[in-house]
Amino acid sequence: MLWNALLLSLREIRRNLMRSFLTTLGVVIGVSAVITMVTLGNGATRSVQDQIASMGSNLLMVRPGQRFGPPEGAPNFKLADAQAIREQSSAARAVAPVASKSVTAVHMAKNWSTSTTGSTNAYFDAGNWRLADGRTFTEAEERAGKAVCVVGETVRRELFGSQNPVGDQIRIKQFACEVIGLLASKGQSAMGRDQDDTIVMPIATVQRRLTGNQDVNMLMVGVAEGMSADKAKQDITLLMRERRRIGDGENDNFMVMDTRQIAEALTGTTRVMTMLLGAVAAVSLLVGGIGIMNIMLVSVTERTREIGIRLAIGALEREVLLQFLIEAVVLASLGGLVGIALATAASIVLAQAMQVPYLFNPGINLLSFLFSAAIGVIFGYFPARRAARLDPIEALRHE
Amino acid sequence: MNTAASTEAAVASAPSPLIELSAVTKTYGQGQAAFLALRGVDFAIEEGEFVAVMGPSGSGKSTVMNILGCLDTPSSGAYVFRGVHVERLSRNQRALLRRHYLGFVFQGFNLLGRTSALENVELPLLYRGMPAAGRHAAARAALKAVGLEGWEGHGPAELSGGQQQRVAIARAIVTHPAILLADEPTGNLDTHTSREIMDLLTTLNREQGITVLMVTHEADMAAYARRILRFVDGRVESDHRNGEGG
Repeated sequence: MLWNALLLSLREIRRNLMRSFLTTLGVVIGVSAVITMVTLGNGATRSVQDQIASMGSNLLMVRPGQRFGPPEGAPNFKLADAQAIREQSSAARAVAPVASKSVTAVHMAKNWSTSTTGSTNAYFDAGNWRLADGRTFTEAEERAGKAVCVVGETVRRELFGSQNPVGDQIRIKQFACEVIGLLASKGQSAMGRDQDDTIVMPIATVQRRLTGNQDVNMLMVGVAEGMSADKAKQDITLLMRERRRIGDGENDNFMVMDTRQIAEALTGTTRVMTMLLGAVAAVSLLVGGIGIMNIMLVSVTERTREIGIRLAIGALEREVLLQFLIEAVVLASLGGLVGIALATAASIVLAQAMQVPYLFNPGINLLSFLFSAAIGVIFGYFPARRAARLDPIEALRHE
Repeated sequence: MNTAASTEAAVASAPSPLIELSAVTKTYGQGQAAFLALRGVDFAIEEGEFVAVMGPSGSGKSTVMNILGCLDTPSSGAYVFRGVHVERLSRNQRALLRRHYLGFVFQGFNLLGRTSALENVELPLLYRGMPAAGRHAAARAALKAVGLEGWEGHGPAELSGGQQQRVAIARAIVTHPAILLADEPTGNLDTHTSREIMDLLTTLNREQGITVLMVTHEADMAAYARRILRFVDGRVESDHRNGEGG
């Protein structure tokens, strides 16, 4: 009986192709909207996660002051602070003191405004940087504050074009600096900053030649494998309070940020956005379902005579019900399939346009398909019941 | 499908006559507005008969047709079809009875639009759950029987009125029904085509032994039948056989 009803429904759909297509259009749009939104949202989440991973996972950043921005009178760190953390916290793997300064770098006729970061080799380790070419600093260069630098991909592109910068020299302010290494590109940070727009030098070089003081603006701490970031955070907080002579009742005048926290906050935001967009799209799917119900109701009225013929020929109430129900389910499911195809195409194109990765999500595709079939059942039932309960005599008389 | 099997068995094992109506009444509406369409109808139809039901409009001939066709139930009285009391059957059981024993031909043809003649004729077989191969063969045979060989692929829009009615007759006889119920089958056709349709019904009755009951208000058409029931005011006014005089 089920097979029969399916056969009858398919015949009916084929008999009215145009109407069938229009009926299911709402579901097509709804399903493709839901899948596209969720797929793009997932892509955006993944892209944020990737960017954060590129900053270095398990990285702590210790800054003076209690919020982002200028430290507001809170004292900067000293080189000795970095050394103290390295020596006293077992959870710290790499500790890099950072002093930075905005500069204009010049090579031949080209110049480029960028920022220099003064640090140690630990910076590359903590920040998850890899070298594309050349080498990092030697101990002698670090100690003596030699004019050597490692440049980021953006700086290379702007100053050297397609040439390899290693071994060449760039001019920063009044001194020339030998390029000893090239960093592998990391792209944008989670905050939208170009991480490759950087020049790294030994911290002594920056302090002596650029900032003119002994201040350290930030400490970057890579957490050791197998150690918890919380433990490292606790160690650093205690140590810094002691070293900065903060009394028992006083607040910290520095803050320790965890990349994992930032990651969670940012991915949390994109997840909420994904859910929100998905929910809006789901409403359109629901509207699509109501569209199916409307057309099916109209169709029942329009086909009253046909239903009368079927009943007169000997169709059972439940066969007519099943026929209309299956018709609605088949229509909705076909709509779902077309929607999935459309969503796949739209997601691939939009993901490329928005520069987020395209991630095929089997879960949401399956869910949307099942949901569209369920919509067929729910919104098809009422019209189907109405058709099944028609009085054959009345139905046959219907014009 | 238990009900189907039991209905079938009960109907098949029952003795003649094919149809027996006794003291059948039908009232539409209630109270003051009640309208008595049938006021006690008694008659019987044997297997193989060709009966015409005549009468002016409002005489109850359509009502009796609906009751005989198991589309409607009597308000009182008994309708026995091959020994089965139809008035006691549920809506579904009556549907199964229609499916297995009745064939309908309507004034307005009532074919499914945008559906080929073959598919229209196959429809009742589809509800019987017959496999595709048997269905096609039976439908082709039925179309051949009504003289529409070669028109299988044409839809109603491509067929003349007479041809459409032939398709409808093919649809009615494809299941080999116990009785063919025709409601004004020539009402929408011109005289020439009407005669062709009547000849076809007569042939089916004589050669295939299909019992035919036809409602008509045209005496010309009723003349094809071997027995004429005349209805007036919800009662059988006369019941006579052609060739017996009168």
